[in-house]
Amino acid sequence: MSSESLPISGLAGLETKPRPTWIEVLHEWLVTVDHKKLGIMYIVYALVFLVVGGVEATILRIQLAIPHAHFVSPQVFNRMFTMHGTTMIFFVAMPVLFGFANYLVPLMIGARDMAFPRLNAFSFWLTAFGGLLLYFSFLGGDGLYGAGSTPDVGWWAYAPLTSVAFSRGHSTDYWTISLLVSGFGTIGTAVNIVATVLSMRCPGMTLGKMPLLVWLNLVMSGMLLFTITPLTAAQLMLMIDRYMGGHFFDTQAGGSAAIWMHFFWIFGHPEVYVLIIPCFAFVSEIVPVFSRKPIFGYPIMVAATVCIGFVSLSVWAHHMYTIGMTSYENAFFVLTTLAVGVPTGIKIFNWLGTMWGGKIRYELPMMWCLGFLFQFLIAGLTGIMLGAAPFDWQLGNSYFVVAHFHYVIVGGILFALFGAFYYWFPKITGKMLDKKLGHWHFWLFLFGFHMTFDFMHIPGLLGMPRRIYTYEAGRGWAIWNLIVTIGVFFQAVAVLMFVFNMIHSYFRGRVAGNDPWDAWTLEWATSSPPPEYNFAVIPEVKSRRPLWDLKHPEDPDWKYE
Amino acid sequence: MTLPQTMPAAPEAWTLPSKGRVAMFSFIVAETSIFTIFVVAYLFYLGKSLSGPTPRQVLEVPIFSTICLLSSSITIHLAVHYLRQAKYAAFKLAWFLTFALGAIFLIGTGIEWNKLITVDGLTISTNLFGTTYYSLVGLHASHVTGGLIALGIVLALALAGKVNEKHEHHLDVLSLYWHFVDAVWVVVFTVVYVIGR
Repeated sequence: MSSESLPISGLAGLETKPRPTWIEVLHEWLVTVDHKKLGIMYIVYALVFLVVGGVEATILRIQLAIPHAHFVSPQVFNRMFTMHGTTMIFFVAMPVLFGFANYLVPLMIGARDMAFPRLNAFSFWLTAFGGLLLYFSFLGGDGLYGAGSTPDVGWWAYAPLTSVAFSRGHSTDYWTISLLVSGFGTIGTAVNIVATVLSMRCPGMTLGKMPLLVWLNLVMSGMLLFTITPLTAAQLMLMIDRYMGGHFFDTQAGGSAAIWMHFFWIFGHPEVYVLIIPCFAFVSEIVPVFSRKPIFGYPIMVAATVCIGFVSLSVWAHHMYTIGMTSYENAFFVLTTLAVGVPTGIKIFNWLGTMWGGKIRYELPMMWCLGFLFQFLIAGLTGIMLGAAPFDWQLGNSYFVVAHFHYVIVGGILFALFGAFYYWFPKITGKMLDKKLGHWHFWLFLFGFHMTFDFMHIPGLLGMPRRIYTYEAGRGWAIWNLIVTIGVFFQAVAVLMFVFNMIHSYFRGRVAGNDPWDAWTLEWATSSPPPEYNFAVIPEVKSRRPLWDLKHPEDPDWKYE
Repeated sequence: MTLPQTMPAAPEAWTLPSKGRVAMFSFIVAETSIFTIFVVAYLFYLGKSLSGPTPRQVLEVPIFSTICLLSSSITIHLAVHYLRQAKYAAFKLAWFLTFALGAIFLIGTGIEWNKLITVDGLTISTNLFGTTYYSLVGLHASHVTGGLIALGIVLALALAGKVNEKHEHHLDVLSLYWHFVDAVWVVVFTVVYVIGR
C-alpha cells in the first residue's frame, strides 16, 4: 500500500526556494536547533572519530603483529591505546547513539522537536569541543615542560599514573578537561531526552504504547543521570589534586588509589549498558519489521530493560577483582554481575520469539541484527566467565578481557549500529544504501571481526597481558597475534566501503520513498527526509504500531492491545 | 439496516507532565550523584589525614548561616505563591529576602574559610581533611553561587517590573533547584559538622 495516502501527511506544501550559497548552508548548520540536523551532526562527528579511532587501533595491531616489532615507540604505543579507548567510548559510541536518539525519539513520539532545542544544540557543541580538546593535546599537551604530548595513562587513567609526578606536562589535563566538557554535554542530552519522552508525546501515546526504541532511550538517559556525574566528580578531584595540591589519590598523604578505581568504574560499568541499551533499541525495532510480527513480549522487554538499568548500577567492582577486595565484596559483585545476565537473556529470548514463525526478510538491517544476536550472546557468555571472581583472578588484565569487551562493543554495539544505519539511512537522506556494496561490507566485516576477536581470546588464555608494548618470540603468542592483525585489515576495508557506500548512495542512490521497509512506527509516516516541522498535523495514535493501524483499517492493533 | 454502534468515548484531555519540572528533577538526580561521590570521599577519608589540623580542632558549627539558608527555602516558596496570586509587592519582598539569605550564607562560608586559612593554616593542600573539606563545602558553595546568580537576574527583572504571573512556572522550576541546594546543605552539614567532628 502506498504510504502517500496515509492521513498523517508530512509536507504541508511544496516550498520552492532558490538554491542557498555554501556560506548560507554552513551558517544554517552552525546555528541550527533542529533535532534532525543536530542528530546528523552527532552521527557525522562520530563517524569521523570512528575513522580516527580505527587508525589508532590499526597502529596498535601493526605493532603487535610480530614479536619485537618497532613500528612505533613505546611512548607512542601508550598514547595510541589511551586515545583509541577514550575516542571510541566518548567520541564515537556516545555521540553516534545520541545522534540516533536525537533524530528518532521526537519522530517516533510524534513531536516536532526535542523538549529543549537550544539545550540540545548546546549539548552537541559541548561534546564536539570536548573531542577537539582531546585531540588538541597533540599540539598543546607539551605545555612548558616539553614532556608528553598526548594522554598516555590508559582510558581509565588509574592513580597514581595521573599524578603530577608521573604525568608531566598537560596531556592528562587535556584528557580530564575534555571528558568534563563532553560530560556536561551528555548530562544536557540525557535531561533533554527524559523531558522529551515524558512531556512531548503525541495524543494517545501512553507510556505503554511507546515504541521500544523510545522506552530504551528513556532508560539509557535515566542511567546517564546516575552515572555520568560520578565521572565528573572524579575528574574534578583529579584536577584538584593536579592543580591545587590536593591529596584525593595521593597515597603519600594518606589518599587512596583504589578509590579512583571505584569512582571511575561506578561510571565505567553502567556506561557499557548505556551504550548497549540503545543498540537493544535498534534491534527491537528492526527485528519485528523484518520478521513481519509485532515484538514478542513488549511489557517484559520494558521490564527487563528497567531491571538492567537498576542492577547494572551495582556491578562496577567486577573490574577490580584483581586489586584484592574482601571476600564479601567479591561475593556481592559476583552475584550482581551474574544477576544482570538474567534480564539480558530474557531480551535475547524475546528477539528469538519475535523471529519464531515470522516471515523473515533477509535485508541488510536484519542481517546485521542476526549477527548482533549471536555475537552478543557469545560476548555475554565470556562476560559470565569473567564475572566469576576466581576465573577473573586468572585472566584479569589479559587479552581475554580485551577480546571479551571488543566482542561486546564491536560484535554487539557496532553490528546493531550498522543495522541501524542501513535501516534509517533512507529516512534520513531519502536514498537507499546500495545493496551490493552493503553485502560486501557485511561479509567482509563479519569475516574480519571473527578473525580478529575470536582469535584474540587465545593469547589471553595463554597469558598475554593487555597493554604490553611487545613480546618475546617463542611464547606461542606470535601466530595468534598475526592472525588478529590480519583480521583488522578486513574490517578496515569493510568500513571504508561503508563510508564510500554512504557518500555514493547519498548522491546516486535509489530514491527511498516515505516507507521503504513497510514499517509501523511514526517516523515512516512523514516524508524522507522529514520536513523541519516533522508532521504537518500532530498525529494521534491508538496502538504500539500506529502505521499498521492506518495501513490495515480492517484489522487494527488497538482492537487487541 | 443499521448496525449497533458503540459511541466512541469522549476523548480525555491529553495532559503530560511539565517539561520544565521533569528536566529540573532529572538535573537534580544528576547533581545528587555528584554530591554523593564527594560525600562518600569525605566519609572515606575521615580521620585518615597524616597531619593536623583535625576537624575537631578547627571547625565551628555554622548555626546562623545554616538557619539563614534553610529559611530561604520558605521565602522562595512564599515568593512563588505570591506571584501566582499576582501580589507583586509581596513577591518582590520574599524574593529579595531569599536572595539576601542566600548571600548571608555565602558570606558566612567566606568568613569561615578566611578564619581556617589565615588563623588555622588549613588549605586545600594541607592534609586530606583540607582537601575533602574544601572540595565538598566548595562544591555546595558553588551551587549556592549559581543559584544566587539566577535569583539575582530574576530580582533585577522583578524590580524592573518585568516579572508577572505568566512567569510563575519558570520561577517554580528555579525554586526546585534552590530547594535542592538547601536539602544538600542538610546532608553536607550532617556529614561535615555532626558526624565528621
